[in-house]
Amino acid sequence: MKKRAVIIETQDGVINSANYGMIACASKGATELYCFIINENDEHGDKFREELEKYGIKNIVGICIDSTCQKDHEKSFNPVKWSDAIAQAVIAYHISTLFGLTTPVGKELLPRIAAQLDAPLVMDCLDVSQTYNTVNEHTYGTYNDSDHDFDLAKTSLYSGKTIATVKVTGSIRIFGIRPNVITPSTKSAILQAAESSPSQATASINSSPSSIEKFIANYTPQQNIKLVESRKGDSLGNHLLAADVIISGGRAMQNGENFKLLEDCARAIENLGGSAAVGASRVAVDLGWVPYRMQVGQTGEKVSPKVYIACGISGSVQHFAGMKMSKMIIAINENPNAAIMSSCDYHVESDVFEILPALIEELQTTQ
Amino acid sequence: MKIFVCIKHVPDTAAAIKLSGDTTFEDSDCKFVINPYDEYGLEEAVSLVEKNGGEVVLVTVGKAAAEATLRGAMAMGASRAILVKTEGYFIDSSLTCKALKAAIEKDGMPDIIFTGKGSVDTEGFQTQYRLAAALKMPVVNEISKLTVSGDKAVAERETGGGEREVLEISLPAVIGATKGLNEPRYPKFPDIMKAKKKPVTMLSISELGIDESAGKNRLIKLESVPERSGAKMIQGSVQEQVNELIRILKEDERVL
Repeated sequence: MKKRAVIIETQDGVINSANYGMIACASKGATELYCFIINENDEHGDKFREELEKYGIKNIVGICIDSTCQKDHEKSFNPVKWSDAIAQAVIAYHISTLFGLTTPVGKELLPRIAAQLDAPLVMDCLDVSQTYNTVNEHTYGTYNDSDHDFDLAKTSLYSGKTIATVKVTGSIRIFGIRPNVITPSTKSAILQAAESSPSQATASINSSPSSIEKFIANYTPQQNIKLVESRKGDSLGNHLLAADVIISGGRAMQNGENFKLLEDCARAIENLGGSAAVGASRVAVDLGWVPYRMQVGQTGEKVSPKVYIACGISGSVQHFAGMKMSKMIIAINENPNAAIMSSCDYHVESDVFEILPALIEELQTTQ
Repeated sequence: MKIFVCIKHVPDTAAAIKLSGDTTFEDSDCKFVINPYDEYGLEEAVSLVEKNGGEVVLVTVGKAAAEATLRGAMAMGASRAILVKTEGYFIDSSLTCKALKAAIEKDGMPDIIFTGKGSVDTEGFQTQYRLAAALKMPVVNEISKLTVSGDKAVAERETGGGEREVLEISLPAVIGATKGLNEPRYPKFPDIMKAKKKPVTMLSISELGIDESAGKNRLIKLESVPERSGAKMIQGSVQEQVNELIRILKEDERVL
């Protein structure tokens, strides 16, 4: 049986919601699925097990490092250390397909694992499937395709201007999934899928209690990269990839101070139980109003929230490249001729400095 | 010091991509430029060599048309370039990396190899890692500050949450550059003229012993993303507009 694994990203003992879309993607075809959790000691084990079981997961592996030289361990650069540990686990568990998220963590881990295992990697996937229904194989018959053992990954090319279908072969394949584009499915949906493919059904239906087993990787101290210092930053732009709502500002925000309005709006949404983050156009970053990590666009972050609210952003091709995968785009702009006004879902033709304070006030009083 | 800069010839970020056929696009009427992140690496390489002596060598894997991009990049201060020619536009990252490795080894090992943090066209996010692994060098990516002294470099990178990591790397190393590292210079006219005469070594990917069709990743279909249309205007007074926005967030999208 083909074994697949997902690398679960956790933060402060919480499993980020983006992981569940990735699990839904990896569960397709009801293969045996492992969840790899990095650096998991027993502290959060029961909680993680309970959470992951809701999504039909029974194989949970906590990946640890056996460090006899603690001093080197502390100074080692995390991505180097953990990519090596995961690569060891991939081999030990005979994993044929590995999934991770295209997040700052995944962008460091997955290519290092791929390079170490000499395995193909497709980052920023919108979907990965093993079915080959939309493409006529004969059209692409210039290469040998006798084994039928492959995955098809959909990923964006030219920063969201086109969608590519990539056929991936090889004994180990690695995919980075774009956060929040795949809808999570709970256990019942996965069980249904399993019932329709009878040979695998027992794998998912088995309701025996899960346990987190430990995989202890060999640790080789790295001499050629050392972590000298790690400084905490502020939280601005921290959650762009995980947020359901992104509210971004452009030139019409006039200065960095005014981004506080967007921050207040995001906080008000969070106080209502939503998740929100503040983004920016390239102009706002280039003018020094906000840090680069908040930039949404072709040369910034690619985001796909449920709702993207663009405040005073004209909507260049490059900006769209970073946010066009959003489920809904709302533009607030005084200029009815701004490019964004015709390529969004809703537009509000108003001054951002009138709308935003009123919106914040209304959000604060709404139930 | 000898520094390689890996350059990619990419469509201008403002260019529209017109598809032609299942996996190709119309590249004849598309403006191509140096990948914007590679420019930060190139600027850093040129200023290091201005300070310490040595040479900056460009290397690219791409179609013959990439020569124009290499000439433009040499005008920024590189002394020569190597172009590994391919037939197709889309090459599997592991093959690109094999070609880069072969070209670099053939030319002689450098002290530093710069790349951009990623390319703005295919966005594979992996070539620098594969190249480093193949050459058994350390690799750091998304570097926005760099200090080189002797056989060590101190590099800073920003992680997702705004946290900054300071790393010490032994050279030779592969360094992925990003915005913030420097301000790339605009070449002056005499430099542009000089760059036209600088040597470009042409190699073909097949003479390096690489079959460009042998990748494990194969592009089989390219589709354009439909543009949104039929935007609805939210009407009324500011208060009415705000009420409607909240209704959409709450009832239609259920994000509140």
